[in-house]
Amino acid sequence: MMGISYRSISDIAGPLLFVEGVDNAAYNEIVEITLPSGETRSGQVLESRKGVAVVQVFGSTTGMDTKRTKVRFSGSTARIAVSDEMLGRIFNGLSEPIDGGSPIISSEKIEIVGNAINPYSREEPSEFIETGISTIDGMNTLVRGQKLPIFSGSGLPHNQLAAQIARQAKVLGKDESFAVIFGAMGITSEEANFFIGEFKKTGAISRSVLFLNLSSDPSMERIVLPRVALTTAEYLAYERNMHILVILSDMTNYCEALREVSSAREEVPGRRGFPGYMYTDLSMIYERAGKIRGRNGSITQIPILTMPGDDITNPIPDLTGYITEGQIVMSRDLQRSGVYPPVNVLPSLSRLMNQGIGKGRTREDHRGVADQLYSAYANGKDLRSLSAIVGEEALSKSDRTYLKFADAFESQYVRQGTGEDRSIERTLDLGWELLSVLPEGEMKRVKRDHIEKFGKWKKE
Amino acid sequence: MGKIVKVSGPVVEAEDIENVRMYDVVRVGELGLVGEVIRLSGKVATVQVYEDTSGIRPGDKIENTGRPLSVELGPGLLTSIYDGIQRPLDVLRKSGGDFIRRGLTATPLDEKKKWKFEPLVSKGTEVSEGDFIGTVPETGIITHKVMVPFGISGKIKEIRAGEFTVSEIICTIETPSGDREITLKQEWPVRNPRRVIRKLAPSDPLITGQRVIDTFFPVAKGGTVAVPGPFGSGKTVVQHQLSKWADSDIVVYVGCGERGNEMTEILTTFPELEDPKTKRPLMERTVLIANTSNMPVAAREASIYTGITIAEYYRDMGYDIALMADSTSRWAEALREISGRLEEMPGEEGYPAYLGRRLSEFYERSGNSIVTSSDERRGSITIVGAVSPPGGDISEPVSQNTLRVTRVFWALDASLASRRHFPSINWLNSYSLYREDLFQWFNKNISEEWSTIYSGAMGTLQKEAELQEIVQLVGYDALPEKEKVILDIARMIREDFLQQSAYDEVDTYCSIKKQMLMLRTIMHLGKAQQEYIEKGLTMSQILGVKARGKISRMKEVKDAEIEQYTTQTVNEIDEELEELAGDKK
Repeated sequence: MMGISYRSISDIAGPLLFVEGVDNAAYNEIVEITLPSGETRSGQVLESRKGVAVVQVFGSTTGMDTKRTKVRFSGSTARIAVSDEMLGRIFNGLSEPIDGGSPIISSEKIEIVGNAINPYSREEPSEFIETGISTIDGMNTLVRGQKLPIFSGSGLPHNQLAAQIARQAKVLGKDESFAVIFGAMGITSEEANFFIGEFKKTGAISRSVLFLNLSSDPSMERIVLPRVALTTAEYLAYERNMHILVILSDMTNYCEALREVSSAREEVPGRRGFPGYMYTDLSMIYERAGKIRGRNGSITQIPILTMPGDDITNPIPDLTGYITEGQIVMSRDLQRSGVYPPVNVLPSLSRLMNQGIGKGRTREDHRGVADQLYSAYANGKDLRSLSAIVGEEALSKSDRTYLKFADAFESQYVRQGTGEDRSIERTLDLGWELLSVLPEGEMKRVKRDHIEKFGKWKKE
Repeated sequence: MGKIVKVSGPVVEAEDIENVRMYDVVRVGELGLVGEVIRLSGKVATVQVYEDTSGIRPGDKIENTGRPLSVELGPGLLTSIYDGIQRPLDVLRKSGGDFIRRGLTATPLDEKKKWKFEPLVSKGTEVSEGDFIGTVPETGIITHKVMVPFGISGKIKEIRAGEFTVSEIICTIETPSGDREITLKQEWPVRNPRRVIRKLAPSDPLITGQRVIDTFFPVAKGGTVAVPGPFGSGKTVVQHQLSKWADSDIVVYVGCGERGNEMTEILTTFPELEDPKTKRPLMERTVLIANTSNMPVAAREASIYTGITIAEYYRDMGYDIALMADSTSRWAEALREISGRLEEMPGEEGYPAYLGRRLSEFYERSGNSIVTSSDERRGSITIVGAVSPPGGDISEPVSQNTLRVTRVFWALDASLASRRHFPSINWLNSYSLYREDLFQWFNKNISEEWSTIYSGAMGTLQKEAELQEIVQLVGYDALPEKEKVILDIARMIREDFLQQSAYDEVDTYCSIKKQMLMLRTIMHLGKAQQEYIEKGLTMSQILGVKARGKISRMKEVKDAEIEQYTTQTVNEIDEELEELAGDKK
């Protein structure tokens, strides 16, 4: 089988080739396609039966024909070479260098479809990552080994936020080797340049690996790209003991590429035309975040996705939210009122927060302050919409203080500069300061002794 | 030997498999991947494979084991963690490393470990299926009862006490069809329910220590619960809390297509937590089935059957079991994915037409039953199934089919979750059809006032919802004082009773007696306030009553002190109100 070339393409449909006369192509086997022009592209077997193999082309099918195009089956599934030397380099979605440098040569060739981590081998993520951003550190704490996506919309500053996190993220009191892997799927060259510029400016580029698939690049590469990026991340994390932050942008483009293949295969579509297996497919990307007992490295993921029409119930954010350990949700309203970062904390969540906070990690009052801020802000926002109907005068005095609180919360706690790196103590203290405009008796979420120790109320 | 003719994801077609029958387990390819026959058509068999099929090609071999997908049942199940087809994950880690590679095998029960077996019957005793023949101390909490396997009855010919592995013969039974040798372990095909003699009406509540559940929407031992909710609404926390604190004897937790780190959380916290009854580590009463979302999708489909079969086995010993399935939507999606690959005609939203039947078959394996044996013993399985509806919209097929067969509905609400009201069970939309049945139990065992207190509290919450609409139109100040009291009390019920922190040491578990005292105190305050409003006080005056602040601290009070604390609070409230009214005169 290996090395045999076929010139028996019967159909070309979208990104798919149907190759006839093939008896035993392996599922997921990699193929090399030689065009009449001599150019080569690669692809992967999606379905194999006696006589026909269905091949998905990574890249466009432009220039392919059914007579002269050759398909060679490689005999192996998709693998990439990995090494330390990838740091500081830029690759395309198939892990080919696009920075003019030489290809990576290594004896370590790893399958890009990673095996699942044995749940028994996982270590519970519990190391607090200080991002210096109050809405994240204070209320949706990120921990090492977590997957925490940013749910954004077109035109919102998710890239700035991701870059700020990559720049400021640190584990308190530790000095360990740390690297960023950036996987860009279908983003514009402007956005890509922003990240590259950002990494260069801070010197982070030497400890970054970039995988770029721009919006003008073949969409099929987007399906492979996150797997290539995560395979590299796993190598650096588990073989080289590094702590890896993986930023994937934009998952929406990935899902659309997935839909394109699915519709070309004429599969029964699920919601909004996305394939029924998208949940499983996405989980095979997201679940590659984590920590393993007895190994030093870790993989933390921040996938970015733009919600089509700002709709959080769209299958892309919906399925993502069911897999990831929380989400940071951006709000257009906050953006309009000039707040950066426009993080709407109410629908945001970090499921691993409790493991990373509290005494010995951040501070003993962390949980209570966060909950109190949540409930006070939710109350304030409810009253804001109520006062839009009945007018502020119809509200009780206590309700008006909540309105004031909500405004102050947005303008002081949520808002911060793109270069502002707030310490966790500052964030927590700021929370107490804001709460102190409310009556002390209504602080039901915080412990009494924490009020005494950290509260900013005037003592009677 | 069979040959593969087609590969498409987890579905493989093969020809010429010897003696192939529906649902036989087969071994696929050189690696011997585990698969199950799900369709036969002429000489072609369709197989769903429980491991990743990358690299499998037409022409590869396929072998029939001749047996249906089965689980091993015996001592050693408790404290274990298995994948969807009962491979022990701790053993796989030892043999295969931190990532689950393909083609790994391991026996579900430790073949080397010796268990201390003590016979309960002696030579000559007549036994029939399901009867106890002896016991094994399995963990510090659970005594494993060794039962005569189904289909065997006769006279004990030989039985020995001593230390045995699960495969050594402990007993021989003389039956009309010859002697049968019994070992500590037995096998059972997962897709067949273990039959019972009859099912009983539910009578006892499953006490969970969660106020909103026990007081408002209780579930009976042997009942079924659906927990639908969008992501982030706290489904998993509810399931974890139940596995920790529910007063069942054994918990089977099926993590079906969910997050790996959540299973790790159970694995790290359960051995450290104490069972409230026995003070032993919780892990000693727990069996975990973990088939996370990125593990093979067909094994996810099998995982809930593996879980329920293990639950049935312990039920047959006479135990009360709580089975958590998180999440049945992921299981249904696995069905859909397989069905799609089979090119079956899809039903609603691409789910196969048999989705409803499969769901109801699963929930029907719950129940409070007289199990198969000659001594009329009782055992129960309570199923709590999480549902993850897309976008939180429960009009979709999995939620709807689940609601048709379950009797308790805990509606998780994203807007409650976003203001950190946990557990975010919506009190207006949820229901429990066991409530009437269980009132008797509560009235008898906890307090005769139970049903009165409950109706008062529920009525207040319903009234609040109506009043909120009026407030939206005219503002709070325009309400009459009596209605302001209702809003005040409803808010207390919500904040000081329904909200419960899973992460607070004291509040994480609230005994049923404490629940009653807490709610009684709040309802007492409501009644007292109404009385004094009638005597001419206003709500803003009443808000100055200091003892009211003690109500929000009830949660933090330990069980031993709660009775005294609430009595004192009630007295202080009465005194202060009296004083206020006096001042006014």
